[in-house]
Amino acid sequence: MIYQDSKTLLEVRGLRATVNGIEILKGIDLTVRSGEVHAIMGTNGSGKSTFAKVLAGHNAYKVTGGSVTFEGNDLFGLEPEERARAGLFLAFQYPIEIPGVANSHFLRLAYNTVQAQRGRDELDPLEFEDFVREKMKLLEMNPDFLDRGVNEGFSGGEKKRNEILQMALLEPRLAILDETDSGLDIDALRIVTNGVNQLANKDNAIILVTHYQRLLNYIEPDYVHVMTAGRIIKTGGKALALDLEARGYDWVGVEQRDAAGA
Amino acid sequence: MSAVLQNLVNQPYKHGFVTEIESDVAPRGLNEDTIRLISAKKNEPAWLLEFRLKAYQQWLKMEEPKWPNVTYPKIDFQAISYYSAPKPKQKLSSMDEVDPELLRTFEKLGVPMHERAALAGVAVDVIFDSVSVATTYKQKLAEVGIIFCSISEAVQMHPDLVKQYLGAVVPVGDNYYAALNSAVFTDGTFCFLPKGVKCPMDLSTYFRINTEESGQFERTLIIAEEDASVSYLEGCTAPKFDTNQLHAAVVELVALDNADIKYSTVQNWYAGDENGLGGIYNFVTKRGLAKGVNSRVSWTQVETGSAITWKYPSCILQGDNSVGEFYSVAVTNNYQQADTGTKMVHLGKNTRSTIVSKGISAGHSNNSYRGLVRIAPTAAGARNYSQCDSMLIGDQCGANTFPYIQVRNHSAKVEHEASTSKIGEDQLFYFAQRGIGNEEAVSMIINGFCKDVFQQLPMEFAVEATKLLGFKLEGSVG
Repeated sequence: MIYQDSKTLLEVRGLRATVNGIEILKGIDLTVRSGEVHAIMGTNGSGKSTFAKVLAGHNAYKVTGGSVTFEGNDLFGLEPEERARAGLFLAFQYPIEIPGVANSHFLRLAYNTVQAQRGRDELDPLEFEDFVREKMKLLEMNPDFLDRGVNEGFSGGEKKRNEILQMALLEPRLAILDETDSGLDIDALRIVTNGVNQLANKDNAIILVTHYQRLLNYIEPDYVHVMTAGRIIKTGGKALALDLEARGYDWVGVEQRDAAGA
Repeated sequence: MSAVLQNLVNQPYKHGFVTEIESDVAPRGLNEDTIRLISAKKNEPAWLLEFRLKAYQQWLKMEEPKWPNVTYPKIDFQAISYYSAPKPKQKLSSMDEVDPELLRTFEKLGVPMHERAALAGVAVDVIFDSVSVATTYKQKLAEVGIIFCSISEAVQMHPDLVKQYLGAVVPVGDNYYAALNSAVFTDGTFCFLPKGVKCPMDLSTYFRINTEESGQFERTLIIAEEDASVSYLEGCTAPKFDTNQLHAAVVELVALDNADIKYSTVQNWYAGDENGLGGIYNFVTKRGLAKGVNSRVSWTQVETGSAITWKYPSCILQGDNSVGEFYSVAVTNNYQQADTGTKMVHLGKNTRSTIVSKGISAGHSNNSYRGLVRIAPTAAGARNYSQCDSMLIGDQCGANTFPYIQVRNHSAKVEHEASTSKIGEDQLFYFAQRGIGNEEAVSMIINGFCKDVFQQLPMEFAVEATKLLGFKLEGSVG
């Protein structure tokens, strides 16, 4: 939602990035203010997921130009774990399995790390157990997931719920959800998006990275951005997503070229 | 490898051995005279000299094993001095004299304060009250009839027991290094549990009298009579230094009817520097004989040190329904080489064995599991389960698995599972994105990987081992 007294959380200016020497992001501009929900849409290979990973600090990507500030600080001056502790959260498109590491242990360590950063109390295993079980209800997750290895043998939908559970625990300032809707059946999509909606408030912001308009029926965006070939080429309101759904992505590029030629 | 990884892998090992040890040393070289000298210095009975000479004669005819997956320059056995009088190491008079780096290591490993002093070589009476912990310990054991002393002391005090069991499990000519050890061993541990005695506490070399100079050819003998049981801990997690490069120990365990011996090791000898210079060659023969019905021999090892580890703690399952277990974590970093595993030899009916091996390789190291499961024709109904997992950190290291399975009884069941995994950048990124730094992430992944083995360790040992692994691999992923 757009609020009058919102604060700028993320400011991206002319961001360029390469992977293996190939330029994927070719000058991205984006401003995200507290309370807002942004959707970044685009075809496969348009650079959406790369953008998400660059913000989170994946070391396979090299930033070659531009700047990003997060709550006024230079984001690229921070290590990935520092970005996370500062309140930048990425819900992974393909959450990684970590066999042998109990989910409860992992969740508690992540939670306590962020709590410590914020000068708040850490929880011992018993306190955390109660706390996390409460959060799991939001996502209709079975407590058995706490005893399993992190994402180990989870179905696609279970992994995505586990991601949003982490979002619920860590209470990020900015959450980037990378294709969180992919691989979800209709019930799981409802549960996951319901969880996200309950976590959204006027102090945080959400960036949804997605192919499909379907997700936006559940989480209403304030802005929709279309990304093609490493640039945001069009920005609009929710109606833009419906246009994309009806007409595909090609027309945006055509309109863009026409505008450039005119 | 990323720069961070390079940087951390290349951290120097800061704890060199500098203290000069005053000692009464035999001339270098090995011949019958050297052996007679050792035996005479130790005032040994004639049968033990015979035992040594017989071993020496066998050793002369043997060749160094070439089959392990390790490489090292040829050892000049004539350049080694085989006897040095067991004089205590030079004592420091207070903790202030201890290398602060060493203290930092102890702190990181969580070694208890009073143990730090003893491990660092500070005279114990400076730290403790006049009543020594070791003495109290020994009295308590004597009350229940347990003999726990150095093997030299046992030779003097309990010659019949030593004579009966020494070499009963590992014969003098068993292998090259066992033969060498049998000829020249200077000291080690002896432990005897009489019939029906359950040892009231975990026994540890740390509390044994005369542990200071057990020497490079250590000999250990543990006997549990009918219905007796014991849990024995060897080594400690603190780094251990020695001026001798070659170590060839022999450990023999004998379990009679319904007896239970659990032997846990944490090995953290000096591993050499980041270029593979120096470090201990650890060539060890460990074998347990589950002689009686329903007996059990269980090995748990956490191997993190030594430049070269060559070690196969084994079980001979002779008694019907006897059980053999081998739980192992072997970690190699830099240029360390490990060829380690076990042998489970099933002779008795319905004998069962379990093998769980976890190998972790980092840096330029090479880590091999080598295991034999042999089911003899007599071992009707025998069962074995083996699980061998390898984990690679970085892309310069190696992991190998060499399982040998010989089944000569059709009623036997043998299962073998193996896996290889890699700590990936993506796993570390996932942790980082949740605020968890690389070192903590690696430690969590490694401990998850080793969980099945650590569960077998006595409680406080498990905690130390967990920290030790984190310490050994500190920064090997980045």
